[in-house]
Amino acid sequence: MTHYLLTVHGPAERNEFGNYGSKEEMEEAFAATGAFNEQLRADGYWVFAGGLQPAATATVVDGQGDSPVMTDGPYLETKELIGGFWVIDAPDLDVALKLAADGSRACRGKVEVRPFDGLA
Amino acid sequence: MQQRTAAVERVFREEYGRLIASLVRRFGDIEIAEEAAGEALLAALEKWSESGVPPSPGGWLTITASNRAIDRIRRETRRDAKQQAALMLYDDTPHEPTGAVEDDRLRLIFTCCHPALAPEARVALTLRLLGGLTVAEIAQAFLVPETTMAQRITRAKKKISAANIPYRVPHAPDIPERLGGVLAVLFLVFNEGYLASGDGDPVRADLTGEAIRLARILRRLLPEEPEVTGLLALLVLIEARRAARVRHGQLVPLDEQDRAGWDRALITEGHDLVRTCLAINRPGRYQILAAINAVHTDSITASDTDWSQVVALYDQLTRLDPSPIVALNRAVAVAELDGPTVGLALVDRLPLTTYHAWHVARADLLRRLGRSTEAKAAYDAAIAATQNTAERAYLSRKRGELI
Repeated sequence: MTHYLLTVHGPAERNEFGNYGSKEEMEEAFAATGAFNEQLRADGYWVFAGGLQPAATATVVDGQGDSPVMTDGPYLETKELIGGFWVIDAPDLDVALKLAADGSRACRGKVEVRPFDGLA
Repeated sequence: MQQRTAAVERVFREEYGRLIASLVRRFGDIEIAEEAAGEALLAALEKWSESGVPPSPGGWLTITASNRAIDRIRRETRRDAKQQAALMLYDDTPHEPTGAVEDDRLRLIFTCCHPALAPEARVALTLRLLGGLTVAEIAQAFLVPETTMAQRITRAKKKISAANIPYRVPHAPDIPERLGGVLAVLFLVFNEGYLASGDGDPVRADLTGEAIRLARILRRLLPEEPEVTGLLALLVLIEARRAARVRHGQLVPLDEQDRAGWDRALITEGHDLVRTCLAINRPGRYQILAAINAVHTDSITASDTDWSQVVALYDQLTRLDPSPIVALNRAVAVAELDGPTVGLALVDRLPLTTYHAWHVARADLLRRLGRSTEAKAAYDAAIAATQNTAERAYLSRKRGELI
């Protein structure tokens, strides 16, 4: 089994309905994502998952110097950023890709699949 | 001695795909498989140079390489998980090249052509691991520096290992989707051999031969898939014309080829395969392309070609694949049927100004219409867009003949 990080990428700027076009769309995506999460648990792939607050709430910290330096905002100034993620435990990449496709359809965003180099 | 070495290297290349595939299945790791195969080659060079090639060289290489791999794993057991090594040390599958070994190669083709790998990495990995070509040879075939190709292959192998891309034939419902990627890789390898993109040898028989060999293996393993049969039919029908395709360093177009120089055995095989496809009646892209080539290889002279049949097949292909490249080939066939004016009108509206074959088609049609000035410009554009020496020589001659 391999652990994979599935990250959902979406626009950095969000409107009142998150990344979605309307309230209905947002509610449908939330419901579909909830059902997908339940399926992950039922099938034994679930490790951990969560949605993130908008990138504007992020702070970058560089603690390499004498005193830490704080910068307001996300590390990368891009138009698309991570909006949420899953950590799953799957037998191989084919299974992980299939789950990523299901998750992408449910939350209506592009999903990046990246293997962990071991878990602490 | 040198002859003996060459013989050992030839056997090694022939056996390489089988050897690597069986080692990857057994040890679950490409790096271990390649290293063990390399050590087995050194052992073979030493031993076979004295005693000659044994009756079952594949079996000898597999056993020797497996033993080397086991030695390596034993050495590493001290720091690796003992359990995993113990699993690898125990192998109850036969070493001889039997049915299971063929399945190993099929598994490995699907791994090499996995959709999570970049398309250029898929081609390179397939040629390296299943074709047994060296990194230098693959780099040369695709006109990139050897270090670039080495990095590309290393990166792909690292991804297979780190992301845990499985060594497995996909489940039945996924095969049609995944098979497309495998067939595309084999067709790319073949095309690179048939019209090499660089200014080296214009035709690379090693690459066309390798693509056909892999297509034959794929067909033996998946005889029920008509597109596999279609691709093999397509490749052998094109390969059949290879010897007649270059004369005095110049490319010879289909209508000027000496048809006596075509390989009749390959044509017969290709026609049989096309008939098999027709009987299955599940047409696809490669089957239709094969049928088009069957029409070409069926006529005794170029003027006997049944162009209405060719156009009908391109119409069918367009419904499956409405790409401008298919439209270009269809337009060339339409020009034979309805004349160059009709053909040129179709060609001119295609968005293919950076594609050398588009300029070649325009040049030919303009020449036939007597529009010499425009034809010359089109030949110049075509010559500028290709590096293949035989094609450049042919196009330069055609341009020179214009008044």
